[in-house]
Amino acid sequence: MALEEYRGVYIFAQQTNNKLDNIAFELLGKAKDLATALNTDVTAVLMGFGIKDLADELAAYGADRVIVVDDSHLKEYRTEPYVHALTGIINRFKPEIVLVGATSIGRDLGPCVSARVSTGLTADCTKLEIGDFPLNPVEGKEQKHNQLLMTRPAFGGNTIATIACPDNRPQMATVRPGVMQAIARIDGAKAVIEEFNPEFIPNHKYVDILDIIKSANDTTDIQQAKILVSGGRGVGSAENFRMLRDLADALGGEVSCSRAVVDSGWMPKDLQVGQTGKTVRPQVYFAIGISGAIQHTAGMEESDIIIAINKDETAPIFEVATYGIVGDLNKIVPELTKHIVWAHGETATSHKKTAFQK
Amino acid sequence: MKIVVCIKQVPDTHGGVKFNPDGTLDRGAMLAIINPDDKAGLEAALRLKDEYGAEVTVLTMGLPKADDVLREAMAMGADKSILVTDRVLGGADTWATSTTLAGAIRNLEYDLIITGRQAIDGDTAQVGPQISEHLNIPVISYAQDIKMDGDSVIVQRQFDDCYHVLRAKMPCLITALSELNVPRYMTPGGIFDAYDTEVTVWGRADLKDVDDANLGLKGSPTKIAKASDKVRNAKGDIQKLDTAGAVTYLMEKLTEKHII
Repeated sequence: MALEEYRGVYIFAQQTNNKLDNIAFELLGKAKDLATALNTDVTAVLMGFGIKDLADELAAYGADRVIVVDDSHLKEYRTEPYVHALTGIINRFKPEIVLVGATSIGRDLGPCVSARVSTGLTADCTKLEIGDFPLNPVEGKEQKHNQLLMTRPAFGGNTIATIACPDNRPQMATVRPGVMQAIARIDGAKAVIEEFNPEFIPNHKYVDILDIIKSANDTTDIQQAKILVSGGRGVGSAENFRMLRDLADALGGEVSCSRAVVDSGWMPKDLQVGQTGKTVRPQVYFAIGISGAIQHTAGMEESDIIIAINKDETAPIFEVATYGIVGDLNKIVPELTKHIVWAHGETATSHKKTAFQK
Repeated sequence: MKIVVCIKQVPDTHGGVKFNPDGTLDRGAMLAIINPDDKAGLEAALRLKDEYGAEVTVLTMGLPKADDVLREAMAMGADKSILVTDRVLGGADTWATSTTLAGAIRNLEYDLIITGRQAIDGDTAQVGPQISEHLNIPVISYAQDIKMDGDSVIVQRQFDDCYHVLRAKMPCLITALSELNVPRYMTPGGIFDAYDTEVTVWGRADLKDVDDANLGLKGSPTKIAKASDKVRNAKGDIQKLDTAGAVTYLMEKLTEKHII
């Protein structure tokens, strides 16, 4: 294949229940940077059933063009029809770069598509840029320019690798949610809209969906929280999470947790931070009774300020903490909450007397 | 029923990551274990064997010492084991690895292939789905429950905010989450037998329908431009304080940073 035939930066605009997921906007933000560096444009690939209306929203966040595949086979995410559709688009339009969110959908879709179109895929990237490969000229080896350089953590975040895909197209990456920045919404922006029909012919790889079970709780998106109060096994019980909730409420934050807490059934999976949970980077992350295995710290170490409270002074969480307290969380957390409420009360009294009256 | 379980030998990072004085990872100090998601996949296969009867074959690609994890799998109850090892397979990315494993699996009869979702060293979660593509069979990733139903499997597939109950016709491939189960221990008799049993060793020549151009470092579309152990940030301010002292200290910091 002639590599120069491949042009343009494409993103998979993930939607669930006909609502675009944040990752779509984050990918558009990054795609715009890459497209500028490559002097090309940004195409969003929108797939689903009854989703055409979402195209304008993608334009508002930076898509120059939207390719729409609207078909009843795509109503719910299923591997085969989605892989077939995205493969069809790659084969027809020949993009230079394809970005997919490293979500539970994207990390299923991405590998299958990359295998089917015989190209490389770099998983769970946290940084993407355009540059040379090899990074520095090597005697007797061609240095290729304008390559997608994909940086990703491995080993639970303890090693960092930058990866290129110099001889195959498209260059594909899945991108970790919550890392790239969306652009500010441009109201009224329009994109070129193109419908594409990849012709679905159900085969043995189409699985049947027998049931869809929503998780019972109202989901809070811990990736959007500015302050997270996160608890681990050391919190002791589901009931004790009340203390963390009170602290979070006092600070206007949300509660999250470690994997041990989910495994014990104290908190739901969607509040889990870490390698098998979510990656978060709030302004403040409280790690309370969390020992800090790398599987956990991989998901929170980019937080601006990390405050750890743990009775075990050898807990690895203190290796990443900005401020650490070796002490009894059962005493410190309620007392801290009280003081924060008081402090707010004083400010509230001086500014707006009624705010804290009950 | 025949089940093939793909496993990987990885360094144990669970709670015991060791660092060199310069902040880089001390790999030599960590034990080599069966990757946790893969072990859950093996346990799932052994439970299907207990319930429905099955022959379980474990397959790994790696250095000759990866023999250890195969013997552990046998001691847990796997029936056969295959080690794919060859110098030309080294340095493979997920594409070349999945090509290799698919080449090995083509020699086997199988109804079900189970892999772990992802390995704790690479964290890519790509090899399982890519094997299914090479073999042209359906894949269900992120399995949190697996049941048989005649010639099909019924699997709970985890998503971020829900799960789907899916039915796929066999043969198919499933990627397992470590949440799926708690793996059993090896039995003393199993350990004894495992070291008495031959591990089948395959090389490049034993792979079926694969092109040299798709193997090892040369056959890997992705190339590493730069890799480094992440040097950890300097340690923060750690205080050992009583409750009153801790609260005063934290209030000071929260105020200083304009959080309250």
